[in-house]
Amino acid sequence: MHDKLAIPYTRYLAPDGRPLGDLPAWADDAELLVRLYRQMVLTRLFDQKAVALQRTGRIGTYAPTLGQEAIGVAVGALLRPEDVLVPYYRDTAVQLMRGVRMEEILLYWGGDERGSAYVDPAAAEDFPICVPIATQALHACGVASALKIRGGHRVALTTCGDGATSKGDFLEALNVAGAWQLPVVFVVNNNQWAISVPRRIQCGAPTLAQKAVGAGFPGEQVDGNDVLAVYDRVRAALERARQGKGPMLVECISYRLGDHTTADDATRYRSAEEVKQAWQEEPLKRLQSFLAARGLWDERREQQLLADCQAQVQQAVEAFEAAGQQPVEAILDYVYARWPVALAEQREMLLERVARREASLQGGASHE
Amino acid sequence: MNDMTGSFRESAVAVEKKASLLEAVNLALHRAMGEDPNVVVLGEDVGVNGGVFRATVGLREAFGFKRVIDTPLAETMIGGLAVGMAAQGLKPVIEIQFLGFIYAAMEHLVSHASRLRNRTRGRLSCPLVLRSPMGAGIRAPEHHSESTEALFAHIPGLRVVIPSSPARAYGLLLAAIDDPDPVVFLEPTRLYRMNPQPLADDGRRLPLDTCFTLREGRDLTLVSWGASLHETLQAADRLAERGVSAEVIDVATIKPLDLDTLEASVRKTGRCVIVHEAPRSCGVGAEIAASLYERALLDLQAPIQRVTAPDIPPPLYRLEHLYMPGVEDVLAACESVLNYA
Repeated sequence: MHDKLAIPYTRYLAPDGRPLGDLPAWADDAELLVRLYRQMVLTRLFDQKAVALQRTGRIGTYAPTLGQEAIGVAVGALLRPEDVLVPYYRDTAVQLMRGVRMEEILLYWGGDERGSAYVDPAAAEDFPICVPIATQALHACGVASALKIRGGHRVALTTCGDGATSKGDFLEALNVAGAWQLPVVFVVNNNQWAISVPRRIQCGAPTLAQKAVGAGFPGEQVDGNDVLAVYDRVRAALERARQGKGPMLVECISYRLGDHTTADDATRYRSAEEVKQAWQEEPLKRLQSFLAARGLWDERREQQLLADCQAQVQQAVEAFEAAGQQPVEAILDYVYARWPVALAEQREMLLERVARREASLQGGASHE
Repeated sequence: MNDMTGSFRESAVAVEKKASLLEAVNLALHRAMGEDPNVVVLGEDVGVNGGVFRATVGLREAFGFKRVIDTPLAETMIGGLAVGMAAQGLKPVIEIQFLGFIYAAMEHLVSHASRLRNRTRGRLSCPLVLRSPMGAGIRAPEHHSESTEALFAHIPGLRVVIPSSPARAYGLLLAAIDDPDPVVFLEPTRLYRMNPQPLADDGRRLPLDTCFTLREGRDLTLVSWGASLHETLQAADRLAERGVSAEVIDVATIKPLDLDTLEASVRKTGRCVIVHEAPRSCGVGAEIAASLYERALLDLQAPIQRVTAPDIPPPLYRLEHLYMPGVEDVLAACESVLNYA
């Protein structure tokens, strides 16, 4: 099924959670495995809540992360605070682990500038999610160049979807990363669908990982629904980059169980049968079954976890809803380090616009 | 006769030697890299070769390959790399070899460099400088003669600076590198080696966001920037011979525009001619004219005239002299403004 052309493929757990062979030594760390599971569940519950908030008109368009939890959670667990994450728009899972607050994510997708603040210092140097496709891959190479110029063992890690690997930015990023042996890791979330365009017509290469080979560094595939596989290979990639051995690409094969965004309707272009089949492979159930078989998880813990996560999500929703209105300065004050004197008139124009709207509201329907 | 010294506020102190605009750029880059270890220079052929125009010559030897970086031949990558470096606190000065090749890097300028500060509420910023040669008049091949400053001027969050003398190239480039936000710094190739002027390498910055009044005058205001200032000043000389006193303003920072200086001049003279090498429609001249009409209509004694390139691609070099506004064209516009009923 996977024509690998010498591209390694890693999978440790079958879809039912059964180990397919020997597990890596780090997988003996029960506390770690449980932590990964807890975070995946939290991500899914938050994601479901965000979609629900969009459906009821409380936030705008949102890009669900349903089915991608293993990828983001493994990356988030592996990155060090001093590393730099350069994410894309389907990265709720890893952002939550980098200190971005749930209420910030809701504020951002809810159209409020304050959601971009990332007040937790854990995310101090991380990039915001990138909406244009694949441009972030080059920003990560710029970050990695700075890290390399300054020396040390910090790493930049960037993520993207399968569609992004078609774009020049992605290929130029691979090229410079290879040419300069940058401390950067590319994690491709190959979820099979770029809105309505399936992987098979996105690219003629049998794997996306082999694009790295053309740039002079290793690319590997993993089962993106198997958190053990993702964790193991991203761990190796980070270690390699940290030691100055250059970049690596990890293509995580997953499935976008949700719509592209809440504005999309995936039933227009893919069959219910395909989605039903994909649910058999999804990452949470797989890890849960594995943990249960090892005696690390049971129904009581599951219920407790669900309750804890729901409470955490609810708290974030309340904080989001209590944020109140943002002042007009929110769209002025950060465009320039200091608002240019030469643009003073335009600032006044906007403030007058505010006053006019307020007067209009107070004066009823008058447009005077 | 021709005053390209831009003597306004640039009185010579500690003059060592004459420098061309190109040498002034090079001196400013040496100065900036010497002052601040965070300044890095990158682009195609900027290192060993010192740039195709030699603007970066000597930097590799002085500051090493870690700070003077020859990149792969990929403009999108240069733009994107600079965003990532700047977000890390470096001050990348990137060179796009010719302005006609910048379009591949535009997405990074427009969608990221200009917006990163706003998008992160000031947590990350993008203090990069993008240098690129601009303009026609050097008998260059196709795609090597563009004047597209208006494309950048339309983007909120970007500054656009175009020097027209060695002294202003030096002082404005240093200020651009200091600036905490992204600056597009366009260097008129036609002026690169023309008319070297005494230049003190004293590290003195010139203000951004400010027009430079090169000559004071009473009868009309000539507004220009970049290479066209050369013909504009020649036109002012010719007018002076006839007893017409022209005020000459070098806009220098195209975005944001110092409209106060322009307005004050036009209120005084009542007449205005704007000269630029870029095509007319939606050029920066249109923005200046519209703003002056908004601010000073009743002080104007004649409609503002624009002298520009027509809306055509820069021609192959044998006819490029027709594309660029010439002294006669500027004078003709001045006549129409001066003789307006």
